[in-house]
Amino acid sequence: MPTPEHGDANAVRIGVYICHCGTNIAGTVDVHAVAEHAGTLPGVVVAREYKYMCSDPGQELIKADIREHRLDRIVVASCSPHLHEKTFRGAVADGGVNPFHFQMVNIREHVSWVHPDKRAGTEKADALVRAAVSRVRHHKPLETRRVPVRSDVLVVGGGIAGIHAALTLADAGKHVTLVEREPTIGGHMAMFDKTFPTLDCAACILTPKMTAVKAHPNITLWAYAEVQAVSGYVGNFTVTVKRKPRYVRDDVCVGCQECIDACVYKVGKEPDAFNLGMSKRKPIYLPFPQAVPQVVTIDPESCIEFKSGKCKKTCVEACADRHAIDFTQQERIETIEVGTILLTTGFKVFDAKRLPSYGYGTYPNVYTALEVERLLNASGPTAGEMVLRDGRTPRTVGIIHCIGSRDEHTNKHCSRVCCMYALKLAHLVQERTGAEVYDFYIDMRTPGKGFEEFYNRVAEEGVHFIRGKVADVYPTAEQDGRLILQAEDTLLGNVRRIPVDMVILAVGLEAQADAEDVRRTFNITCGTGGWFTERHPKLAPVATFTDGVWIAGACQGPKDIPDTVAQAGAAAGEALALINAGHIELEPNTAYIVAADCSGCKTCVPMCPYKAIGFDAEQGKAAINEVLCKGCGTCVSVCPSGSARQNLFEDDEIYAEIGGVLAHA
Amino acid sequence: MPETTTGSAAAAERFEPRIVAFFCNWCTYLAADLAGTTRLKYAPNIRVVRVMCSGRIDPQFVLDAFAKGADGVLIGGCHPGDCHYESGNYKTLRRFQLLRRTLRALGIEDDRFRLEWLSASEAEPLKTVVNDMVEKVRALGPLHLEVPAEAFAAEGEEVAAR
Repeated sequence: MPTPEHGDANAVRIGVYICHCGTNIAGTVDVHAVAEHAGTLPGVVVAREYKYMCSDPGQELIKADIREHRLDRIVVASCSPHLHEKTFRGAVADGGVNPFHFQMVNIREHVSWVHPDKRAGTEKADALVRAAVSRVRHHKPLETRRVPVRSDVLVVGGGIAGIHAALTLADAGKHVTLVEREPTIGGHMAMFDKTFPTLDCAACILTPKMTAVKAHPNITLWAYAEVQAVSGYVGNFTVTVKRKPRYVRDDVCVGCQECIDACVYKVGKEPDAFNLGMSKRKPIYLPFPQAVPQVVTIDPESCIEFKSGKCKKTCVEACADRHAIDFTQQERIETIEVGTILLTTGFKVFDAKRLPSYGYGTYPNVYTALEVERLLNASGPTAGEMVLRDGRTPRTVGIIHCIGSRDEHTNKHCSRVCCMYALKLAHLVQERTGAEVYDFYIDMRTPGKGFEEFYNRVAEEGVHFIRGKVADVYPTAEQDGRLILQAEDTLLGNVRRIPVDMVILAVGLEAQADAEDVRRTFNITCGTGGWFTERHPKLAPVATFTDGVWIAGACQGPKDIPDTVAQAGAAAGEALALINAGHIELEPNTAYIVAADCSGCKTCVPMCPYKAIGFDAEQGKAAINEVLCKGCGTCVSVCPSGSARQNLFEDDEIYAEIGGVLAHA
Repeated sequence: MPETTTGSAAAAERFEPRIVAFFCNWCTYLAADLAGTTRLKYAPNIRVVRVMCSGRIDPQFVLDAFAKGADGVLIGGCHPGDCHYESGNYKTLRRFQLLRRTLRALGIEDDRFRLEWLSASEAEPLKTVVNDMVEKVRALGPLHLEVPAEAFAAEGEEVAAR
């Protein structure tokens, strides 16, 4: 059937371009033969091969051919459309042809990289090119949709990544809502004592930024809150946030902590999560002295008033006329409208109990690195004194690398930060206690500015490095609390058994336990292990496949603080670019109804998850709201009369594609 | 592994099924991209037709593919609960089950028509699914329709003209 916009579909003039991608494609696909085959297909006026179609000369080739041969349809066979579809549409548009008169063929990811047999690969490339050539003749000229972008931003996760991103955006004059599920922002960084390799005190560099978040006029900080649901699309998201009750009014509490002193519990009884259970807290608490916001929280699980209703409520008395304590506080659901979203939800540390051979949880003198961070921290459970659980100062300390990293049974990935933090802990433990430190590593990985120098420094300070993975941790025969670390020293080629007072496990980083739920809420993808997937590993490291949603920091993969901050800045910058543009162009792949053919059966109406299909009772026809339609095409496939259609995925286009892949060459 | 006889002549004569794969843009198409970037190797017998959502797959697409000579049809979508468009894959599942019954009536074996949930990270499972399906369809041999293909072929031009 003739396409009304473009005359006879058979009279099209198609240009086909086969990319070598260096040897990436040309190595396993006979690109010359594919181009030759393309040249024989109906409607094809020009068929060429070129080394790099995405390069400027490659794009120029298309533009020049459009001029010279009056091409009106372009097919490029190269990489995934997820990588370069936009590039080539741009070239086609520059050449004066509607950018949607273009079809891309994926002969790299789907052919040359996965099919080593050149004959079979070439045959498949031929089939895919044939399909695109038959499809593209049906393409209609389309226009992208422009939607405005709200300037408000949501940042989820108040660790250093979220803090840095929020401050960057707020300084640029954008309003930011920062949502953090814990009672305070600060994340893991707030738990550390010093940071490698400069040994800056973590609190000294972090807490001023935390305070700045609270004080910033453009930031709304909702700590102790979680995002429940997200709807809408880039530029116009509607976000529902659940604000958990602290039972303390955050608008009134000044953080004086008199209520904590006054609590009927004279000493804490609940394990203090911030100190990883190594100290106890009261039912009314502030996670740590520099917490932001400076608002106390009541834990209803342990508070006597909540449990029995018969407490003397000395906290309320202490709060006096400020009346900040409110036992009746309820969960609040807030709804906000934002244009862009940044996810900075961080990581969790590997649970060392999953590897029982290292004795964590069995022997009291086995610690995780994060616990040691707290022991070394002046606001930690021992006020910075490096002592064992029984109060003794360790005289010999063993550090074991790669616990839950680079291990077939737990995580295959390298957690990237453990070598460096292990070196830092070796330095700090030796400095504070004078202990002999033995550091068991598989490979020492120190690729960062000043990292290798730090390793050398720690080695010069007398830390003993043993290349080998500890196979076993067991108590000494004397049963004196000491533990023997047994490992094969792969440099000396013998087995070492070293008795130590304290074992520190350099636990790896894992994706958050609820990364899957978060991923679903924000409609992004996770890779292996639950890390959020970036749009491109090199060229779009903080963007996601969902427009308007960025990721930064360790939620994307293990990362140290400098890299995390760099990503947070990058994500904030990309969000700002979109906000400043003021609008975004959306794919014109929406569905529409050809009213003349619509029988009014309403089959399509309940198919739409976005309620984009309305029914005009007067006309007896369905109608699709183009603004609400996200272009899935589910309504199109159920329409009995064929009146529901989808731009870019029209029935005739898809049938042509099916015919193309199946036609014999 | 059927027919792993020695000699390239035998290999050249081996039946190579043609399988049309309808993959959704957000999960399974990306899984196939990932298989490429991680250089996995799998059977070259599938031809991917990209749709935004598996919910877009009209049962007629499947019939058309068989009518035009496909030996198998594979549908790849997001896992239940993971649909980029909330629920398109559930609709695909319902249609798939109904369509499979229809295909059986037409004499098309179950192994020739598969629906698989493959997320963007599941390159390895994608490889397994493709290889497995190719082997099974290879074992079944070429598809011979018992009814004339024209009976259910949906020619693009005709559809547009209707």
